[in-house]
Amino acid sequence: MEKRQDGIDRRKFIKDLALAGTVIFIMGPEVKGAEIGEGEKSETHLYGMGIQVDKCIGCGRCVYACKEENNVPREPFFFRTWVERYIITVDQEVLVDSPEGGINGFPEAAKEYSILRSFFLPKLCNHCGNAPCVQVCPVGATFTSDEGIVLIDDEYCIGCRYCIQACPYGARFLHPEKKIAEKCTFCYHRLGRGLAPACVEICPTGARIFGELRLRSSPLTRFMRFNEIQVLKPDLNTQPKVFYAHLDGEVR
Amino acid sequence: MENPLFRLIRFGWGLISLPDQVKRLIFIFVLLLIGWFAIRSRLVPETFGEKGHYRRAALEANAALPVAYVGQSDCVLCHEDVGDLKRKSYHRSVTCEVCHGPGAAHLEDPETNLLFQPKERGLCTLCHGYNSSKPTGFPQIDPMLHNPNDPCMMCHNPHDPKPPHTPAECGACHGEIARTKSVSHHASLACTLCHETQEIHKENPRLAIPGKPQSRAFCGTCHGETADSPKHIPRVELDSHGNGDLCWQCHYPHYPEVF
Repeated sequence: MEKRQDGIDRRKFIKDLALAGTVIFIMGPEVKGAEIGEGEKSETHLYGMGIQVDKCIGCGRCVYACKEENNVPREPFFFRTWVERYIITVDQEVLVDSPEGGINGFPEAAKEYSILRSFFLPKLCNHCGNAPCVQVCPVGATFTSDEGIVLIDDEYCIGCRYCIQACPYGARFLHPEKKIAEKCTFCYHRLGRGLAPACVEICPTGARIFGELRLRSSPLTRFMRFNEIQVLKPDLNTQPKVFYAHLDGEVR
Repeated sequence: MENPLFRLIRFGWGLISLPDQVKRLIFIFVLLLIGWFAIRSRLVPETFGEKGHYRRAALEANAALPVAYVGQSDCVLCHEDVGDLKRKSYHRSVTCEVCHGPGAAHLEDPETNLLFQPKERGLCTLCHGYNSSKPTGFPQIDPMLHNPNDPCMMCHNPHDPKPPHTPAECGACHGEIARTKSVSHHASLACTLCHETQEIHKENPRLAIPGKPQSRAFCGTCHGETADSPKHIPRVELDSHGNGDLCWQCHYPHYPEVF
């Protein structure tokens, strides 16, 4: 057989090919997400919140703390987080109320109701993985950050209210003075400083749990491992990142 | 004499060997493109699109907002004694700022920015006032009946909350049940008749949970057909009544009425 001028014949080529294949096999393929392991610092977080419904006592301290922390308008119809009370009567009637968002606690339920069961339910922006509000924003003023948090660009929002209509959870409102959309940010400014969101920090019974979703060991993943988890309106495929444990079937 | 600039353009136009109408079209397209980019660079804000369909600067603006709640770990740097006391108490999961309000200003200048010290009943009863929607087992009192007008701090230390003295009666904590029972046919029965209660339950309620009757025969000691009890007490045939459920699965023993 005639040897080629550049010194690579078929035999050497096949030998090199086999060697290269072996080396690549031993080094292992790059696994997506493999760099986010336990104890290692990862560049991108993915945050979520867990809410244990049967721990909530309806004191409304989270609502108050949220308003203080984020300078939410004090009028009792602007909330980034609020608490609802569900009363299910023996006639299977479902009554939901949230007087002033629960910021001053809840008065005792009216005596005429024959209560079958009742509970409090904290609500907030679900920071959807597939957020309708982000999709409808015509200018790109609301967006999902790398950490999975849905944020609002104060300076760029034109106040068109599309996002407020699109949100299936009613988590957004129009700031009465700034005339821009507002909502929960998971206290984005606190996360960078190593602090938990104000509502999580302040909850006296630990009904709210905040943490990393991708880690195998974080308070949130532990919570999600030991509880049966539901999200609100799963049929809308919004992929919420607020996870409820012991959620009642009557919750809308 | 023609303008030299026009002569140059005319000369360059002649160099391109394309039909004249095509050259005109290309010229218009180039003008439109330049216009498009000029307008776009004016309208699209700085740092837009660097990470996604948004301004990267908005992330920084969101992250730069001031913090109001500093967290308990900062409070106990100075208030070490209170931290030590509270850490062992029932209020260990209640951070300082729940009652005292946001502490960022106080941390900056502790002398001038004093924190709120709640002394009234109102704040305590937000959590501890009775409400039927609260989870079972959470300590609750009825503010109208539980030493009205006295501030809670008179008897309880909020940093180490516990009853000032061991309660003598079950109704001190289980007020709602005690009041219901007091107007029922079971009013004269002691709680301990049905609930086996260890003494330590009074001091540390969750250490020993009182028991409940576990058999129909227990209720049968008064309500059975052959029971040795006063005649006015309603009787049932224990073997056939109900479907083998325990009595309290249908009847509420604290307010026993026949349905």
